[in-house]
Amino acid sequence: MKCCRVVGPLWAAVKHPAFARQTLLVVQPLDEHGKDAGASFVAIDRAQAGIGDKVIVLTEGNGVRQILQQGDQVPIRSAIVGIVDAVDIGS
Amino acid sequence: MYLGIVKGTVVAERKASGLEGAKILLVQPVDEHQKPTGDLQAAIDTVQAGPGDLVYLVGSREAALALTPSFVPVDAAIVGIVDGVAT
Repeated sequence: MKCCRVVGPLWAAVKHPAFARQTLLVVQPLDEHGKDAGASFVAIDRAQAGIGDKVIVLTEGNGVRQILQQGDQVPIRSAIVGIVDAVDIGS
Repeated sequence: MYLGIVKGTVVAERKASGLEGAKILLVQPVDEHQKPTGDLQAAIDTVQAGPGDLVYLVGSREAALALTPSFVPVDAAIVGIVDGVAT
C-alpha cells in the first residue's frame, strides 16, 4: 500500500462497466515527510476521501477484487482504503 | 490505474491468439496536468478512444481482465475516457 495525497476527482462518462458507480480520484504518492514522491495515478475511493486528504492506497488487484466482491474479472488495480490521521517517523 | 493521452493507432495483423479484433493504441502516460510521465506505450482499447483523448488505463494483470476472454497477453488497457480532472 502507498501513502498518498488526494489531488482531485476525475470524471469519465465512457468507461469499462466495472467502474460504474465508483468514485475516481487522482492521488499523489508521498514520502515519509509528506512530500510528493513519484508520479500521480488514479484510484477508486472506498473511504470517502476528499481533496487534500492523506490516504492509504491499495495498489494490487487481488485485494481490490476482495473489497469490491464483483467477481474475479474486475480490471481495477488501485483503491483508497483509509484516511491517514497521523504519521510518526520517530526522531 | 493511471492517466494517458492517446497519440496514435497501432496496426498489427498477426497477433497472439485471444487478441483477434483487439484495437491497439499508442498512449503517452501523463500526470493530472497532462505532463508526460515515462515512455510511450501500446495499450488495448476497450472504450473506443481516439487520438487526442485523455484516458485512464489499468496495467499489469488487471489489463487482461478488461477484455473478453480475459486470459490474454496484454499489460495495459484503456478503460475510460476522461471528461475532466479537478486539481
